[in-house]
Parts: sequence; C-alpha cells; structure tokens
Amino acid sequence: MDLALIRELKTLLGPANVLSQPEDLLLYEFDGSVEKGRPEVVVFPHATTDVSNILKLANKFQVPVVGRGAGTGLSGGALARGGGVMIVFARMNRILELDLENRRAVVQPGVVNLDITRAVEHAGLYFAPDPSSQKSCTIGGNVAENSGGPHTLAAGLTTNHVAELELVLPDGEIVRIGSRQGDTTGYDLCGLFVGSEGTLALVTEIAVKLTRKAELVKTLLAVFDAVSDASRTVAEITARGITPAACEMLDGWTLGVIEDYIHAGFPRDSAAVLLIEVEGVREAAESQAALVAEICQSNHAREVRTAKDDRERDLLWKGRKNAFGAMGRLAPSNYVLDGVIPRSKLPEALERIHEIGTRAGFRIGNIFHAGDGNLHPIILFDPRDPQRFAQAIATAEEIIRMCVSLGGSLTGEHGVGMEKNELMPLLFSDADFDLMRRLHDAFNPNSSLNPGKIFPISKGCGEIRVGKPRQTSGTRA
Amino acid sequence: MNSSVKLAARLENLVGRGHVLGSEVELRDYVIDGCIPAAIARPASAEQVAEVVRFAGSEKLVVVCCGSRSKLEIGMPPRRYDLALDLSGLVEVAHYDPADLTLSVDAGLRLSELATVLAAKGQFLPLMPPCFGASTVGGTIASGMDFALRLQYGSARDFLIGAEFVDGKGQLCKSGGRVVKNVTGYDIHKLLIGSQGTLAAITRLNFRTFPLPELSAGLLASFRSSESAFTFRKEILDSGLPFASVEVFDPEFATLLTNVCKRMDSNALEPHASRQWSIYAAFNGNEAVVGRVHRELQARANRAAAATAEFLDQRANNSLNAGLREAFDWLRRATPNVALLRISQLGFTPAQVEDLQKGIPQSPLRSAFLFNGCGTALLALLCEDDGASGREALEQRLTELLQRLNGGPGSATLLHAPSWLKTRCNVWGAPPPDFRLMQRVKAAFDPENTFSPGRFVGGI
Repeated sequence: MDLALIRELKTLLGPANVLSQPEDLLLYEFDGSVEKGRPEVVVFPHATTDVSNILKLANKFQVPVVGRGAGTGLSGGALARGGGVMIVFARMNRILELDLENRRAVVQPGVVNLDITRAVEHAGLYFAPDPSSQKSCTIGGNVAENSGGPHTLAAGLTTNHVAELELVLPDGEIVRIGSRQGDTTGYDLCGLFVGSEGTLALVTEIAVKLTRKAELVKTLLAVFDAVSDASRTVAEITARGITPAACEMLDGWTLGVIEDYIHAGFPRDSAAVLLIEVEGVREAAESQAALVAEICQSNHAREVRTAKDDRERDLLWKGRKNAFGAMGRLAPSNYVLDGVIPRSKLPEALERIHEIGTRAGFRIGNIFHAGDGNLHPIILFDPRDPQRFAQAIATAEEIIRMCVSLGGSLTGEHGVGMEKNELMPLLFSDADFDLMRRLHDAFNPNSSLNPGKIFPISKGCGEIRVGKPRQTSGTRA
Repeated sequence: MNSSVKLAARLENLVGRGHVLGSEVELRDYVIDGCIPAAIARPASAEQVAEVVRFAGSEKLVVVCCGSRSKLEIGMPPRRYDLALDLSGLVEVAHYDPADLTLSVDAGLRLSELATVLAAKGQFLPLMPPCFGASTVGGTIASGMDFALRLQYGSARDFLIGAEFVDGKGQLCKSGGRVVKNVTGYDIHKLLIGSQGTLAAITRLNFRTFPLPELSAGLLASFRSSESAFTFRKEILDSGLPFASVEVFDPEFATLLTNVCKRMDSNALEPHASRQWSIYAAFNGNEAVVGRVHRELQARANRAAAATAEFLDQRANNSLNAGLREAFDWLRRATPNVALLRISQLGFTPAQVEDLQKGIPQSPLRSAFLFNGCGTALLALLCEDDGASGREALEQRLTELLQRLNGGPGSATLLHAPSWLKTRCNVWGAPPPDFRLMQRVKAAFDPENTFSPGRFVGGI
C-alpha cells in the first residue's frame, strides 16, 4: 500500500479514523463466512462527504474499495478480496429522521437493524427485515445484501422496505435515488441497487418503510418424531394457502445443541420442531393458529405448544436466532449454507442433504426458514485440517447444486459475494452475465468497488470476467 | 408504403407468415399519438422475439413493444416508430405450481385468462390494473400501472420474482427465479416494472400467487367535507384493521363513477350522487374477520358523522370495485379533452387537495380526484370545450399543476392527454435528480436505443 494514500486519508479523516497496522487490519479480514480477505487500510467516515472524498482518493491511487457494516455477512460481501481500502460505516450510525405518520425512518448505514425498531416501537411500528444477526448487523449491510430473516416469509426482504437511498458512486459522485414519498418517476433504481452487494455504489443514507405491529401474534412450537412429517407439514401449510409470519424448522440434533446453550425449552428427544408464527387481527391470527395446529397434528406432531406470553415467545426466538452461535460449542468452525428450493420439494431436499452429508462423513444440522424454502444446512468442521476443510467446501457445493437442480436458487438471503460467484453459471447464461456486466460497468466501470464479488472470475469464464481481484489475498480461510 | 411492404416481407422470413401484419387497417390499430408503424411483428416464441430485435438492431429500426395496447398511449409520442413488436402471441402458462404459490407465465397472456387458471386452484394474482379484461401480464408490468389492492398485497415489485426478456442487443436474458425468496444476482426484473418498454421486450414473468380471500366486503361512506373524509381515512388506516384498499374521491369523481356503475347495471352509488366526498374501504377474510371489520367500521362511521355509510351487497361491491379499478380508462374518455395526472405523494392533506383544485371548477374545466391508500392519486382535468379557448384553459391549468406538484415533496406524471397537448408539455415532468443514472441503465440494456426512443422520462 502506498504510504502517501494512508497519509492523505489521515489528513482527510484524522488519524483516529484510519487503521493501517497489521494487528488492526487482522480484525477486518473475516466476516461471518468461511472466506478471508485482508484490507490494506481501514477507514471510518463520519459523513457522506467523507465517503465521497475517500473514493476520490482511492481513485487517485487506483486502489479498490469495499464497504462494510458490522461484518456479520455470510458470503464474504464485506471482505477486501482485492485488498485496498475498507470503508467501515460504524461511525455513521445516527437515525436522522422519523416520520411516524407516513411510516418512514431516515437512517445512516451504520445504524444497527434492531435499533430502528427500538426507536419506533413506542408508536406500534417496527422495521420488518429481521436477520438472526439483527442485534449487531447494520442497515447498510442489509441494503447491500438484500437481507432477509425468519419473517421474510410474509414481510419480504430488505428491498421491500426501502424507499429512498443516498449513494456515493465509485467516482465520488453523491446522488439520491428513489423517493420516500412513494413511487418515483422513471426506473426503479432502488430495486437495482438494493442487493447489489456493494458492487455498484456505497450507500450513505437510507429511508426505510416501517410496518405496523400486528394486533395479535401467536407463536406455535410443533414437535415431530420424524423429519419427513415436519417437512410435509410445511408443504401442506403452504399448499393450504396459509402464509405464516414465520415458519422455521430445527432438526432434532441441533435442538439438543441449542437447548444445552440457551435453555429455550426445546424438546431434546424429537426429530424436528417447527416454530410457526401467525399474526394479524385477533380473529385472523386465532383461526390461522387453529388451522396450523390441526395441520401439524394431522401430520403426526407429537405435541403442539403455543407460547403463553411474550416471555415464552422471546425465549423460543432466542433459541432460534442464537442457533448458529450454539453450534460454535461443538466444532472450531461451521459453515452455514444458504440455498433455496421450491417449498413443495422440502421433504426431498432434506433427504438429499442427509445423504450428501452421510456420504462425506459430515453431521449436517438444519435450522432454516422452511416456509419459504430457504435452507440453511450447517456443516461443522475444523479449518486447521485442510483436507477436511476442502471436503466441507465440496459438500456445500454439492448441496447448493442439488437446490438448483430442484428448481431452486443459489442464495435466499446471504448473497453471492465471493462464496458462490463461481457457482453463478449454474443459473445464468452468457447472455444473462453480459447484461449484468453492462449494468455493473455502467456504475463501476473499473471494478474499483468491491472487486471479485458476484461474477465468476475463474478460468473458463474468461468472457464474463468482471472485477478481477488486484491481488490474491482473498482466499478461503 | 413501399418500404413498409418490403419490411413486412423481410419480417415474414424471420417469424413466418401469419406473424406479420401490415395492412393499413391493421397498422392503424397500433397508432400512438398519430404515429403509425411501418410493420407489425407478432412472434410466437421468445426466440422469435429475439430474432426480431436483432433484425431491428442490424437495420437500425426502432421497436415499440406492446401487448393489448390498452396503455400504449402512456409516454411521449415515439421519436420514430418503425416496428410494433406485439407480444400478445406469447400466451403459455409455463409453470404453475399451486402448492408452491408460484407462477411463470408468458408476457402476452391476458390477466383475465390467467385469473381463470388461478381461480380454479383458489388463487389469484393481485395485479388489478385498469382495462383488466384486455391487459396482458407483460403490458401491465411494463406500464407500471398502480392498483388499489396494493394496500394489502404490495405493488408488483413485491410479488414479481423473476423475468425473461430480450435486451436491446437481441439477447434472451433472465433475472430472479421461480422461488419466493432469492437474492442471486442483480434484481434486474424490478427495473422492468414501469419501464414502458424502453429497456427490453418482456417475454415471461414469474410471480408469487395468493389464495383468494374467503369473503370480500366493502363500505361506502360519504362526508360533507374533504376534511372529514380525510380524517376518517386516516383514522381507519391507523386502526390496525386489515383493509384490501381504501380510496377517497371527490364529488365530481363520485358523480362520474355513479354513471359508470349504472352502465354496469348497478346502483351501488345511487345514494351518493349528491355531491359529497366519499370513501370506499374494501376488506376481506374469514367470517369472523369480515364481521369484526364491519362492526368497527360502522361504529367509526357513526362517530365520524358520515352523511351516509353503507355496506355493499356482493353485486354492488363488485361493480364498485370494477368502476374504481377502471377509473383511468373511463376518465380518459369522459370529455373530448382530458388531462389525467398520476400523483405520488404519501401524506395528502385536505388543504393540499383543495389547493390543487383551487380555481379549476370554472368553465370550461372540471376536475375529478381519486386517492388510494398508498400514496397515489389520480387527478383528471376534464374539458368539454374542444375549441381554442377550451384547449388554452386546459393547457394553462395543467402546466401550473405540473409545476406545483413537481416542485413539492411528491411527483406527478401525465397518464393521458390529447396528442396536441403532449407536444406542448412533457408528460413525465422535469427529469428527476437521479435521471443520469437512469440514462446509464437505459444504455446498458439498450445500447443502440432500439426500444421506444423518446417516449420515457427525460427523452429516454
């Protein structure tokens, strides 16, 4: 790294907002994924103009830039695959404006997801996208990755809750897109930029839509002695036209692990549980809850429990949302996959995952958003054993290929990043990539922003090469 | 005409006889603001669509895509108009999995025909644009037309999950997929919504579908002032009760709607013909839900001192729903000259509405106003007088309104205007601040500017 760039960054932002010592940078070479990529300098802007000036400086020195929120991402989206400058938005964390009447909040990218809800819940409102990391992940990262969560099933992904964005383009230009007033005139640019994984622009301000809390929420826990019964229940709930607010499945093995850690009251001796939430006006939620319970029972649920109060509900969700953390007690590392299948294929997909895992000698846990077919198989491994690590990666790939072969997709909510960019040709043709590349180049022509993400860069994909990493520091952990 | 015949012959080589139209009568059916295409291609497959676009690109021909043409007038007149690419020949339901509530359907299929397929499985697609009977799925998405049901189900961008389309280079591309949750690659299909055919020729669209509600019902209430109508609107929207749609309309709109409903053989609006501000609130669900909303609405309407408040029987409810859905279509034909504005603004206040209409009800102009629950309003300027003074009054008032609306927090575009008026004002208003980014998107999709040049925002 050019020391002159670091000097200029320190002049621009003050020394306290620039990290360049190797021991500091080490903290920023990981995220929640199994990937790795170390930045050469980390900077903390306080304002949009800082971001613009940083990008201009990076251009001058021709180094790549990557944006980062809390670093909880699961596909390497916020890793510096090409080295260069990492812009961490932690200090742009203010809620700028609340318009409760029109259900809008204007926030900076470093605001923690859950803090938006905390700021508006007194008015009976909340911010609907709720990734399991919502206590730490930031809204900027949610926008970049188009994050989901358990309640995506009824509420939709982040893109469904963003009205307006302030962006900084790779050349430093500041521009606003969308409208907090509703529909915009012209193309739906927010639709393109949300979920573009930081490859088109950096987001510096977000107007989000707020949702009204339901009158009644009923949370059910259905316990099954066979995984196939649980997955058939999910398929039947969907087929009967019920859209629960959330419908999560946890298999028996992971339940035990979670129970040891959280003590959420999950049964230890079952094959699977479904955590199902229905909400709405009292009459709707009650009748749906009754129907869901009936479907569970007709599919041989051993027990269907309903959370008595908010405390019980919160405990059940705590168990679900900390599940991946609980897994950390079992193995040095785990790999949380993210694939999507048509919901009706759930029983088949779970069997195939079990087979694939058994063949490779991995115990694969399943804790996932069953209602929308978004699978999160979790593979436990020790990254210090290179052979085992390679096998874990190969097993993950096989599972994702299986999802695609069932008519599904590569990622439901974690993003492509540098985890699945080489798998993109499973879904997209040369013509598809050509258009995606033209859109990419329309905003990020030199691939200076977040290079090496989304697009395949390996051999054999020469024609669709975009954003070749500047150096080879980006490797799997 | 000679070049037109030659063009038709060359197109026939590409897509086959019977898929090219070129007689004078046929060409007239595709007219846009007086512009007539040289030929019409009506391909039978996505591959043929791609071939036609590639042919147009190599010959430097301009292509205007269309479906049923019910909303083809939206936008500026085309700068050139060589080829109409009629996508209504693509009519297959490619995949429909009721158990997954997902659907993949060709762009040319009519919404009304699709509705029959879905209803057989107890489902529907909440795309309810005006000209519902004729509208194709692709045309509806490209037009970006709003619908009141959006309050409950969201807009098209909330349930469109993937698309296939031919870009300006003539390549058959896709984005998204057929699963309800997916973040793989750029959400390119969202850009197609409301793009008015300027980015690509849409060939197939994937949606999530929804179960048909068990029961539907509606309340029609009238108020003596706009203020009390808007207060009631806010109160019921804040009540937490589940509504499918909530629409407010002014006395002039109520009068016109009454006549429309009468033509549909329904007297739903008869008691409201007296010039009042009205609210229509639709709701659905199981018996218990519908019963509760009914009770609470009744009580609230009584408290709000509504002049009238009436729950509609099934037939009246259906015709009122249809009448409101079709407002765009009957408003544009209400008088010889109509300027129909779509306004996007979340928090309309009665004062703002009054301000908008100030001075309008003055011969020869009248205005009609409809506001849905999600921040979109229709404002029609109606002018009976087709003479010079009538036209002048309409143009003057419209120019003022566009300026005022686009200078405020929201935005306004012109959905319909007579051709003479379109040449004198920009239907899209001034380009928005992010217009330069839109130009980049257009150039990426359609580098040769093949699709509908000059019709969209800022001359795109």
